[in-house]
Amino acid sequence: MALSRLSSRSNILLQPFAAASPAALRRQISTDTSPLTVETSVPFTSHLCEAPSRAVETSSKELLSFFHDMTLMRRMEIAADSLYKAKLIRGFCHLYDGQEAVAIGMEAAITKKDAIITSYRDHCTFLGRGGGLFEAFSELMGRKTGCSNGKGGSMHFYKKDASFYGGHGIVGAQAPLGCGLAFAQKYSKDEAVTFTLYGDGAANQGQLFEALNIAALWDLPAVLVCENNHYGMGTAEWRSAKSPAYFKRGDYVPGLKVDGMDALAVKQACKFAKEHALKNGPIILEMDTYRYHGHSMSDPGSTYRTRDEISGVRQVRDPIDRVRKLIISHDIATEKELKDMEKEVRKEVDAAVAQAKESPIPESSELFTNIYVKGFGSESFGADRKELRATLP
Amino acid sequence: MSAIIRGAGAATALSTFNPVDSKKLAAPSRTNLPARSKRYIVAGSDASKSFGSGLRVRHSQKLIANAVATKADTSVTTGTGHELLLYEALQEGLEEEMDRDPHVCVMGEDVGHYGGSYKVTKGLADKFGDLRVLDTPICENAFTGMGIGAAMTGLRPVIEGMNMGFLLLAFNQISNNCGMLHYTSGGQFTIPVVIRGPGGVGRQLGAEHSQRLESYFQSIPGIQMVACSTPYNAKGLMKAAIRSENPVILFEHVLLYNLKEKIPDEEYICNLEEAEMVRPGEHITILTYSRMRYHVMQAAKTLVNKGYDPEVIDIRSLKPFDLYTIGNSVKKTHRVLIVEECMRTGGIGASLTAAINENFHDYLDAPVMCLSSQDVPTPYAGTLEEWTVVQPAQIVTAVEQLCQ
Repeated sequence: MALSRLSSRSNILLQPFAAASPAALRRQISTDTSPLTVETSVPFTSHLCEAPSRAVETSSKELLSFFHDMTLMRRMEIAADSLYKAKLIRGFCHLYDGQEAVAIGMEAAITKKDAIITSYRDHCTFLGRGGGLFEAFSELMGRKTGCSNGKGGSMHFYKKDASFYGGHGIVGAQAPLGCGLAFAQKYSKDEAVTFTLYGDGAANQGQLFEALNIAALWDLPAVLVCENNHYGMGTAEWRSAKSPAYFKRGDYVPGLKVDGMDALAVKQACKFAKEHALKNGPIILEMDTYRYHGHSMSDPGSTYRTRDEISGVRQVRDPIDRVRKLIISHDIATEKELKDMEKEVRKEVDAAVAQAKESPIPESSELFTNIYVKGFGSESFGADRKELRATLP
Repeated sequence: MSAIIRGAGAATALSTFNPVDSKKLAAPSRTNLPARSKRYIVAGSDASKSFGSGLRVRHSQKLIANAVATKADTSVTTGTGHELLLYEALQEGLEEEMDRDPHVCVMGEDVGHYGGSYKVTKGLADKFGDLRVLDTPICENAFTGMGIGAAMTGLRPVIEGMNMGFLLLAFNQISNNCGMLHYTSGGQFTIPVVIRGPGGVGRQLGAEHSQRLESYFQSIPGIQMVACSTPYNAKGLMKAAIRSENPVILFEHVLLYNLKEKIPDEEYICNLEEAEMVRPGEHITILTYSRMRYHVMQAAKTLVNKGYDPEVIDIRSLKPFDLYTIGNSVKKTHRVLIVEECMRTGGIGASLTAAINENFHDYLDAPVMCLSSQDVPTPYAGTLEEWTVVQPAQIVTAVEQLCQ
């Protein structure tokens, strides 16, 4: 370990000192789970609660997995961009690149028993919950092998076994749903929490405040996460909200403002929020983040903000670059290794896209499936009564 | 729906229809009544709708099989049934289901400690606790959404709208999340919610509290709608709705809560998609639901005295329509009159007219007539309010016109 601390970034210097093959070196580094403490970029700002500490416990393995997963998400979104332009993805396609740290950091702090529900910008959240690239691309292209059998589309990704409840097209409608999930968790005594994600645009919806009131009234284990990317489609934050301090909007509900481009800060905040929600009821997290693409593929994203702003944020605050710098400065991997990882990820994504392109479209009979659930009392029959009625249980 | 498309195919295969049989009109026969007919006394709180004759012919034989068999087997008159009011029947159904399945919970405004604004949930909070009978704040959008979110995980909430009209505030949740989540998630999530509440024109409640939402909700794919009209079918439909894996909207009527009827002691459930044959007949099919059933039955008394033999069907299932029962009736009588409380424009009657015309056009001797409420906001003044809904006299006139 001491030896690796002395070495510089150069690959050539590394080899003679380590006296081991590059492969062995890489293997040794990536499985290292010994704790590493990193400071978050900025301290947390809190409202009605004590902010957690800036020092985040992580490990080399975790940082590498952050890098890998965020690169995968980024690549997926870029691939979706090209597919949309090639007219293989139609309708609305809302891309998440720039905001990957929120999805990744959250996953690192919670289990699959905790529920996540989000809006239409859900591709990466789906991936974070364990969804596959192939299912994601198939769904985007409307194929049978998609996660919703091709019937949902970009805005309706769901993964029930990983407690990912979607995927909702109407702004803010997931807030009451999220409270319902939290209610069910409390009802069934699950000891799990629900993370309800919404944007700065949705933060002005009345149903959000209704849901907050209910959650606070009944001490529901709900964590409301405002992914503040500062633009509600084309309207900047300062033009749509009188008070852009979204974490304070809960009034009687405690809140925390987090740098959403720092995956470790997100992880710390989510861990803190989960503990809080299980004991004291709801809490709001505001993730200060940024999206590089426009609101959706139909929006160029540059009519309401300057390209300089976008590239500025990309240079200074990009989440993947932050983790990359961390990895390199802690000598967990070299630049070349990271570049190789990126290449692998790119190949993986391309392979998934190619496979998804070959997938079949749903059959026409699928139009009528899953409207109702077959079961007692729900079989409908037409004038010729050809369908069997269900029997009483 | 695919069911209707299939039905259309079957209907066009036959094309015989009988001309009006004037001899039948002259003979006021009640020979169509089946041997087993029970007459229940239905005492309404208001004289104008006190007539109710429940003929229990059309239940699914399987569902009631146990009840009837047990009675015959034991041949002891224990359990001859008990008399109760409609809201008590709803409460009984709800309580039985909550006893049976711990996942069933109730949420709504004043359902818990207050006992429900129409006493449907009276006593339940004491029995089951505050978490299972949840008093919500006044935020229909949020608590409907909350119920749907809870249903996604496996709970079976019964969401009460204090008045159906308030559920307009939750329309987004009902349409997009309740109706469509099963489809857009590719079948991953089921939403076994029951959304229930009183609606319809009451006694001078004003325009905003006299809404009939069945016409607004009927287009939402993925939901089922049922309307109860007697204590018997209220309890049965409530139980069936709770047990159903689909989202069901149960329409009750403000004026029917105090109807009294004797219902069986045994457990029973009504089929959600089935229509109820209230009074078999030969001359004309009258399709109705909810409170209008009683206006129709009152008109039927007058009609019988005048020599007509109407067949009255309470369609009960507003979405999907029970085109089987309706179709058989149309094939028999060849005339249809729809009597409903919805508005004429875009109402249940409008859809039913279209469905009947599409599927049974060859069997009709006369155009389908639809009597609905006037397309006006319900006025406050009592006389004006009476004129917005269909009255028995108008039903009699319409039947006479159709049977000409």
